[in-house]
Amino acid sequence: MPADLVVHGAEWTVKELFVYPNEFIYWSIQIVMYPYMTGLVAGAFVLSSLYHVFGQKELKHIAQFSLVFSLALLPVAAMPLLLHLQHPARAANPMLTPHFTSAIAAFGIVISVYAMIVLSEIWFVYRRYFVAQVEVLRGQPGFSNAFRRTVYRVLTLGAYEVDDAALAADRKAATVLAAIGIPVACFLHGYAGFIFGSVKANALWMSPLMPVIFIMSAVVSGIALCMLTYIVIMEWQAFRSRRRGGQSKASEIRGVETEVIGKTTRYLIGFLVAAISLEMLDLIFRGYTAMKSWDILRSVMYGKDFFNIFILQFTLGTFVPFILLLLPRLTIRRTVVALLLVLFGVFMMRWNVVIGGQAFSLSFAGYMHYEIPLIPHSLETFKEGLFGALLVIVTPFVLLYIINRYVPSLRRDVETG
Amino acid sequence: MKCSRRDFMKQSLAGAATAALPACTAAFLGPRDAGANVGDANVRWGFLVDTEKCVGCGLCVKACKIENDIPFDSPVTRTWVERYVVTKDGETHIDSPLGGRDGFIDDKIRGEEIEPDDIAKAFFVPKLCNQCENPPCVQVCPVGATYQTNDGVVLVDRKWCIGCGYCIMACPYGVRFFHPVHKTAEKCNFCYHRISQGLEAACVQACPFEARRMGNLNDPDDPVTKVISTERVNVLKDEYGTKPRVFYLGLDEKVR
Repeated sequence: MPADLVVHGAEWTVKELFVYPNEFIYWSIQIVMYPYMTGLVAGAFVLSSLYHVFGQKELKHIAQFSLVFSLALLPVAAMPLLLHLQHPARAANPMLTPHFTSAIAAFGIVISVYAMIVLSEIWFVYRRYFVAQVEVLRGQPGFSNAFRRTVYRVLTLGAYEVDDAALAADRKAATVLAAIGIPVACFLHGYAGFIFGSVKANALWMSPLMPVIFIMSAVVSGIALCMLTYIVIMEWQAFRSRRRGGQSKASEIRGVETEVIGKTTRYLIGFLVAAISLEMLDLIFRGYTAMKSWDILRSVMYGKDFFNIFILQFTLGTFVPFILLLLPRLTIRRTVVALLLVLFGVFMMRWNVVIGGQAFSLSFAGYMHYEIPLIPHSLETFKEGLFGALLVIVTPFVLLYIINRYVPSLRRDVETG
Repeated sequence: MKCSRRDFMKQSLAGAATAALPACTAAFLGPRDAGANVGDANVRWGFLVDTEKCVGCGLCVKACKIENDIPFDSPVTRTWVERYVVTKDGETHIDSPLGGRDGFIDDKIRGEEIEPDDIAKAFFVPKLCNQCENPPCVQVCPVGATYQTNDGVVLVDRKWCIGCGYCIMACPYGVRFFHPVHKTAEKCNFCYHRISQGLEAACVQACPFEARRMGNLNDPDDPVTKVISTERVNVLKDEYGTKPRVFYLGLDEKVR
């Protein structure tokens, strides 16, 4: 096809009945990834704050991990937007000429503020460890040790005081930052919900409940991902201990893991209930008020997208894990299944909002189907296809691996502030 | 030099505050104060579509595509014509193949044959940007790349648009799309480059039946304004509160 005939969206949009000529699925998989990833960031941070602000001591171990994980997830929240923009080189324009009547004008500002909060909180929590490492690595042979020591020296920012007063100040600062961070995390994500909820042209998106629904499902998915990653890493550590013959060490790790997961599950269930209730309220309200758009919405929800919404999102992604988590004698294996389903359910919720919102024409007289490009044959089908989405999913784990080498969020023997 | 953490923080803050001081004298310019400050505020461009006169020849779509450099064979278009066929059983059949660019030479609607005897009524409806008084596309642009001129036309700055597509999502009329070559948001601008030079818009000039006309809504003696103020006209989707400035004569309730 000649280059001047490549219409953005035409590649993956299949039209049915009457659709306006210019309508395509312009917001595709990356715009599904964007609220999903911001949701994970916000959720991970809220989980860490439960310990830092509300003093939920049993969450200490997973809280520090989720704080570091939320840092690893943070750059990835902006990544789908860059992959989605038709002019990624102009990505800084919203910072240069912010047009504040737009819900996305402040994205750069909000995410930067949030990044600063997360970074400084991590610094206050781990400063004591950084200082200790500078001492431990002093005079150790080898380039890698010298390099690590230099990194830690930079990370201390020159603050080497570790007396009781200084550490108390660190703890206080971390608590204050975590407290400020909760509303900012909710804002970051509620704001993503507002981007959709405020589009009056879209009958499915327009709802004042949208930001709240987004926040609740964000916390659900964030907690679920932190728990899952935590389980995977702890199982790996236990496995390694067993291989080295440390049976008691392995069972100790498993014991801590089961306790932490059991306690975190309670919070997960709480937020899950809130998320389901709000989504149900939204659904019932739309049917009950039956505005002009209801005919087409109903045909999408109960017809074309029935499987995606009611089977995959609500049944498999919400009710099944809910029951799995509530049944007595919860095992790690059952938790893992439930967590995977929860993560899948929240992903389907984002999918059903973003893609579902474009499944019908603005004329209310036709439909559009999204066929996600699987094998990329151009930059566009890579960016807005399966592989672009996979790139976004993999990146936070790579970042977590790198960050975790310097900020060991999972070692219980690390003295933190 | 000894510098405690507290002193370091204090001095950094003081330094940052001092450095930020000159910024206080700067002001935020809205798009209206800057590049968008074009057009005569005494003029308010309006458009009048007489659906009774439209025969669906598609000359307006052809003229528009050529005038505004929209790739001729691409499915996207700044203006288009829809064909409505309402059958006696109450069903509405709508189509707009290639935006109606080549006219409606096929009796079939999306491959479906409709018996002439079954038709209750049929008509054509030209569509274009409504140049809303309260444009949602301008509201949602994060960088101010789309803006309203003083004479009421909404324009897009191709050099500044980041291509996020939020304006496309925000338009209830589906008039916006990404330009296949420039990769920026694109839409009808009433041929602003022509009307601001005293010429007619390409589609208005191309229409053989005067189904499309333009005028200054602020001038009560303008022939188009006279029609709008004295006859029964309607606008599309007024429930969105966008206050469209494209008026229709003979608009059927079936029109979406």
